[in-house]
Amino acid sequence: MKTESTVILDGIGVIRALTRIAHEILEKNKGVKDLVLVGIRTGGVYLAHELALRLEEIEGEKVPVGAVDITLYRDDIKGHSEHLPVGKTEILFSLEGKKVVLVDDVLYTGRTIRAAMDALMDHGRPDCIQLAVLVDRGHRELPIRADFVGRNVPTSARENIIVNFDAGNKPTDVVLQK
Amino acid sequence: MGFKHKDIIALQDLTQEEIQLLLDTAENMREINAREIKKVPTLRGKTIINLFYEASTRTRTSFEIAAKRLSADTINISTSTSSSTKGETLLDTALNLLAMKPDIVVMRHAVSGAHYFLAKRLPCSIINAGDGAHEHPSQGLLDMLTMRQKYGRLEGLKVAIVGDITHSRVARSNIHGLTRMGANVFLAGPPTMMPPGIERLGNVTVCNNMRDAVEGADVVMMLRIQLERQGKTLLPTLNEYSLYYGLNQNVLKLAKKDAMVMHPGPINRGVELSSLVADGPQSHILKQVENGVAVRMAMLYHVSGGELPTD
Repeated sequence: MKTESTVILDGIGVIRALTRIAHEILEKNKGVKDLVLVGIRTGGVYLAHELALRLEEIEGEKVPVGAVDITLYRDDIKGHSEHLPVGKTEILFSLEGKKVVLVDDVLYTGRTIRAAMDALMDHGRPDCIQLAVLVDRGHRELPIRADFVGRNVPTSARENIIVNFDAGNKPTDVVLQK
Repeated sequence: MGFKHKDIIALQDLTQEEIQLLLDTAENMREINAREIKKVPTLRGKTIINLFYEASTRTRTSFEIAAKRLSADTINISTSTSSSTKGETLLDTALNLLAMKPDIVVMRHAVSGAHYFLAKRLPCSIINAGDGAHEHPSQGLLDMLTMRQKYGRLEGLKVAIVGDITHSRVARSNIHGLTRMGANVFLAGPPTMMPPGIERLGNVTVCNNMRDAVEGADVVMMLRIQLERQGKTLLPTLNEYSLYYGLNQNVLKLAKKDAMVMHPGPINRGVELSSLVADGPQSHILKQVENGVAVRMAMLYHVSGGELPTD
């Protein structure tokens, strides 16, 4: 079967979207006090680092970045004939009383976000969790919505959205595959 | 590349990639053990039976903690409480346990190969927690994980294993695992405790004395003299054993500077290991125990994802 690819966001588009999200995060949280970013492996972690760079540029203060791997929290673990490799969760700071911005590349069914929130809660009790995604493609199966969205893209279930990264883990573009 | 086995009975049965996967998973599981809430929901609703036909504190506890940290339910059955004391056969015991629908049975048994016998007959996963003088795969894996944490690799390491090789399932699992991962294994022990032909297992060298094995080693692994078992007939005296095959600071100096000292426990202090070495800066014995939980979590995780046999 032939797959057809359309670029939804090019390099500049991704950069603009991330810069806007960074400003929105600052606006909503009134600065970076008690703010931490946690990316979902693997794309979300790269994007969380991108957002942290921009937040530091704007506010002049470093924002801690963590990584969460959701493999052990998946709800579809029985559906696989063999278990997926487990990635490393690295949250080297306390979440207690923090405002956590969870970062992922694509928001789809919401099940990944559910798993990530459960994982975060096992690390402590944050003040609140907000969600930032580069692309929201719809088709939610759980009552979850993003606080910060780079681009809303209506899709069909047969289509796929891919966020590409270069060798330095910088986002290059976002592609819709049919 | 995934893990396709229903059971883990011997490291001899695993490929290099599969051992690598288990070690990588274990490495990433360690973070859970450092959290305030040391639990993930992965194996929720799974039932794990720990069936121990031989005494064990460390291994059984470690498997139990591993299962609980993955949210599985565990039941412990040991010989003193099992029907085997009333004459029930292993297969009958297992079939009765099966009626309770366990997902994984973790078993220790005095007979080598008992696990293969059960694995063929039961649909649930079997994990070997030690069978006779055959293998003790979780110990082999946790030893390799501990080595890999220090050196970042296993390939090319010189590992000396010293003691009663014949009766040691720990030695056998380490020999199979380490040689598969490209390490060089050197064995030393009294001739009465050195199985003939062991060098045919692969990249294994049998040394005539302990000094040859330890010289230039990256890792010195001391085995326990099993006082309760073979010790008496195979050894003149413990003092003599200690003199020729005990690790003290002088012998340790022959190994590489900062070489690791390992021991599967429990230690006979003053016999195979002097207290100064056991408690010294080169000892990784407690690190081994700590890694044991993560390794067993990785084993439980991957077998529970394995496919059921089709026949």
